[in-house]
Amino acid sequence: MNKIELPVSAAEIAKLRVGDLVSISGVLVTARDAAHKYLVENYVRGPLPPEEKPLADKLYPLLKDGMIYHCGPVVSQDEKGKWHMVAAGPTTSTREEPYQGPVIEHFGVRGVIGKGGMGEKTLAACQKATAVYLHAVGGAASLLAAHIVEVLDVYKAEAFGLPEAFWVVRVDGFPAVVTMDSHGRSLHKDMLATSSAAFEKLADEIRRG
Amino acid sequence: MKRYPKFRDWVVELLRRASTDLPEDVVASLEAAREREEARSPAHSVLVSILRNVEIAREKSTPLCQDTGTNVFLVYHPLGVSTREMAVEIREAVAIATEKSYLRPNSVDSVTDKNTGDNLGPGHPYLHFEEWDRDEIWVRVMLKGGGCENVGAQYSLPDARLSAGRDLKGVEVAVLDAINQAQGKGCGPGVIGVCIGGDRAASLSAAKQQHFRKLDDLNPDAELAALEARLMDKANRLGIGPMGFGGKTTTLAVKATAANRLPASFFVSVSYMCWECRRRDMWIRNGEMAIE
Repeated sequence: MNKIELPVSAAEIAKLRVGDLVSISGVLVTARDAAHKYLVENYVRGPLPPEEKPLADKLYPLLKDGMIYHCGPVVSQDEKGKWHMVAAGPTTSTREEPYQGPVIEHFGVRGVIGKGGMGEKTLAACQKATAVYLHAVGGAASLLAAHIVEVLDVYKAEAFGLPEAFWVVRVDGFPAVVTMDSHGRSLHKDMLATSSAAFEKLADEIRRG
Repeated sequence: MKRYPKFRDWVVELLRRASTDLPEDVVASLEAAREREEARSPAHSVLVSILRNVEIAREKSTPLCQDTGTNVFLVYHPLGVSTREMAVEIREAVAIATEKSYLRPNSVDSVTDKNTGDNLGPGHPYLHFEEWDRDEIWVRVMLKGGGCENVGAQYSLPDARLSAGRDLKGVEVAVLDAINQAQGKGCGPGVIGVCIGGDRAASLSAAKQQHFRKLDDLNPDAELAALEARLMDKANRLGIGPMGFGGKTTTLAVKATAANRLPASFFVSVSYMCWECRRRDMWIRNGEMAIE
């Protein structure tokens, strides 16, 4: 088991290889569809609208050497107004494929946590900017919420809705598997090739049988 | 409902159980999968996490998954019970279950892109009522998440790309292709529902309803039972494994049904359910409620 403390250096990330089990501790940010579109339109492409400057000042330091979690949680608010994560598993990552590479490179993100894997553009960005894709267990939302020990802040909750907002959270021992590393390897690409070869053989068996 | 004043509260409880408490047959199947996978492999670690998640969700009464899915209701009722009244109270129960965080606000207006906030709107929840001759009400609910719904598929045979003809061999190739295309994206190991034939809409609906079947049941149709067994064996030989990490367990079950088709059509529909096959049954007999 590889322990990762956030923020994390490029050198630490470069040590990770496809198939490694990791446990992550520190502060990370959730972001899904609306958030990624917002980051690309206002920050990567720019220019940054002046009214977004206060949020930019928060997001840049959080994302630099930090991690993004593809997650739209179930949350609850206690009587003091503090937020808690009730269920917080990963969502399908491939929807962010058009945005992820530019976001990784622009902000210096070191890791993206999600499920289902991502494509060639993200894999290339991971290699170029020394980042990894980490696969969390899809559907394990109550278990993963237990590793989110504190909700520090939430941004854009009004504009994007609660599941789509940026949730700034502190995690402790959050478990994931490296499925795309910074050396150009993707378990998802390899698995599709292996299982498709097996499929062709089995399909032949069926057709002849 | 005048006849059952607690009906709405009972449906809230049914939703809580469906969202937080995985059925025993699914848990047993996941435990068997954990024993099959090699210790310390990513596949094994996934199944360990999955089973721990099941325990935590049950203990804390929190959703197994944050995507609490499309809420699919099938209601069987005797003559004289108002389906209109039941529909009103089921909708109210869905909104209450959302307020209580058993369900995530999960219903988005497809034109305006606005989340309705209470899981209500056209098509949400999905309701189907059927009258029967028994003097009891059976409410079945299934929560079907978006990740696995996205990897479902429908084939029109013959399929030239797959060299799949209009026979059970063609069906087998098509279903296996759907499982291979899904990879780990539907949160496998998956529970696969298949319908052979029907029109497009009825076929997909029947495929999805297969997820109501217990994983360890036996198809009463011997030919379909044999097809299920063949598909189960071959799907697991694809080696995709839990979450697509590789391993021996790609599917937990394959369940198939058939509907008549027109001579001109031959559809094969595949519904992929994630490992978290969330479903619960509620029975109302002699004024009393029981959840199974």
